[in-house]
Amino acid sequence: MTNSPDTISPEAIGKAFAPVPRGLGAILGFAPWLVVVALIGTALVVGGYISTVVAFALIYALFVSGLNVFMGLTAQVSFGHNAFAAIGGYTSAVLTTAYDWSPIAAMGAGLAGALALAAVIGWPTLRLKGHYLSMGTLAIGLITYEIAVQWTSVTQGYMGISGIPSLGIGRFEAVSDRQILVVLTLTAALGAWCVARIRRSRFGRALAAIAGSEEAARALGIDVASYKLASFLISAGYASIAGSLFVHVVGYVSPEVFGLHMVILAFTMLYVGGIGTVVGPLVGALLVSMLPETFRGFRDYQDLAYGAALIAILVYAPRGLAGLAELFRKDAP
Amino acid sequence: MTARLTVENATKRFGGLVAVDGVSFEVPTTGVTAVIGPNGAGKTTLFNLISGALEPTSGRVLFEGEDVTRLAPEKRAARGLVRTFQLVKLFADLTAVENVAVGAHLKSRGGLLAALLGTPATRAMERRVDEKARALLDRVGLGAVADRRADTLSYGRRRLLEVARALAAEPRLLLLDEPAAGLDAEESARLSSLIRAVAAEGTSVLLIEHDMQLVMNTADQVVVVDFGRKIAQGTPAEVKADPAVIAAYLG
Repeated sequence: MTNSPDTISPEAIGKAFAPVPRGLGAILGFAPWLVVVALIGTALVVGGYISTVVAFALIYALFVSGLNVFMGLTAQVSFGHNAFAAIGGYTSAVLTTAYDWSPIAAMGAGLAGALALAAVIGWPTLRLKGHYLSMGTLAIGLITYEIAVQWTSVTQGYMGISGIPSLGIGRFEAVSDRQILVVLTLTAALGAWCVARIRRSRFGRALAAIAGSEEAARALGIDVASYKLASFLISAGYASIAGSLFVHVVGYVSPEVFGLHMVILAFTMLYVGGIGTVVGPLVGALLVSMLPETFRGFRDYQDLAYGAALIAILVYAPRGLAGLAELFRKDAP
Repeated sequence: MTARLTVENATKRFGGLVAVDGVSFEVPTTGVTAVIGPNGAGKTTLFNLISGALEPTSGRVLFEGEDVTRLAPEKRAARGLVRTFQLVKLFADLTAVENVAVGAHLKSRGGLLAALLGTPATRAMERRVDEKARALLDRVGLGAVADRRADTLSYGRRRLLEVARALAAEPRLLLLDEPAAGLDAEESARLSSLIRAVAAEGTSVLLIEHDMQLVMNTADQVVVVDFGRKIAQGTPAEVKADPAVIAAYLG
């Protein structure tokens, strides 16, 4: 809280702080989008290995976009969204392999399951203040992992489920790298577009109010518990769809896919890219996914690198890469 | 006509401490009522009982004749009882105009579906909310800083912004918790005329205030509390002359 006195006339302020950032700020504002377009474009043109890396990144981008609704827009914490990805992924895997469901129907079933679980977990915990929810989500992530390992009759345990069909709707099936990439790009773009829409709406303002001050939000008539639950459900839905996409793209699923590592990776992407922004999850997911490929020699130190990157970002650029523009704006606090 | 707000024998105990002790008073449907008292007199606790942040140990709070004693703050707000905070609680990441737009939450509609579809009706409503928010900012003298982030504003401006945000909810009773704290004389005078103007439009105002100057210039009725008890009630001139009040403030 800075109590700096205003010495500039209100008129001058009005001119200097027009809503559109200019100069360096504007360039930095667009830069993350350019990076996203350039990386996806390169993957589409070059194909091969890089397109596989970008495909994974786009699935994570969707997952992180959803997490961003809960953690960024609403400022809550969840350590367990991997659970919802696991439910989406395993539902898709089991229904398409053992029961011959179409991928889209299986994805819908997974989504329904993830939302139901999110409602069951969220309803009691979101009414509590403090860290009960975070603790609850951590537990559910771990429990889901254990179920994936132990319920071998359905999940095949550590062996995993293989032979999962590719993505497809009706007669169209995305088989080639490029087709998969196009489908994933469209899905991630739709996911980001929805977040952008939410952000600029009455609904999004209510989430921002909760992020700013729950007490003030309630004083203005915002039903905090309901909005938190809605935000939680949205992010769980994103996670579930990302989980389903993952198993179809890879064709295989095992418990490790949706383990705690997924949470660490998603957090890194969210903070590196820029929490609370629309482009942050996209650019964060893409860059963080490219890093291990760039520094292949340091593979063993991956989590160490993620941890170091997280700390550096939190200290020097709390709004991540997408927030760099703001650091150069004159009205930054 | 029934009173806008009736506080009936409100008592709040924290363990052995009686912060508010059997206080009763009414806020009429028109005008400005002020609650004053020395530091630690129980003003803020009383305010929290009225706003719903705390529940009384005994006694009742009636809003427009209906018992709201155990109603959650957001439900009270929906009925038209809207508060501001002694320590300003703005939404720091939002601009001034967005802060006020949040205040219009109860007076606008639209959930997730409306957000995603962005129908013409939703867009028209968003425009109305934006216009209303800017008009309110103009009214409190913050029109020029409408698009600045709330946390970049000076302290005095943040206070005014919080009042504008509360007004966006179109309250029937506006509760102001020490609105003049930290304001300079000019800002305080501006706030005083703003409160008078709001009251003149039919919103009743209850302010809890430390600043005697503001209270004497603004209030129609003053309730004085000390050690959790009501010690006087009347017009500003009456309470100023009341020996019990003089004793509480000087003694």
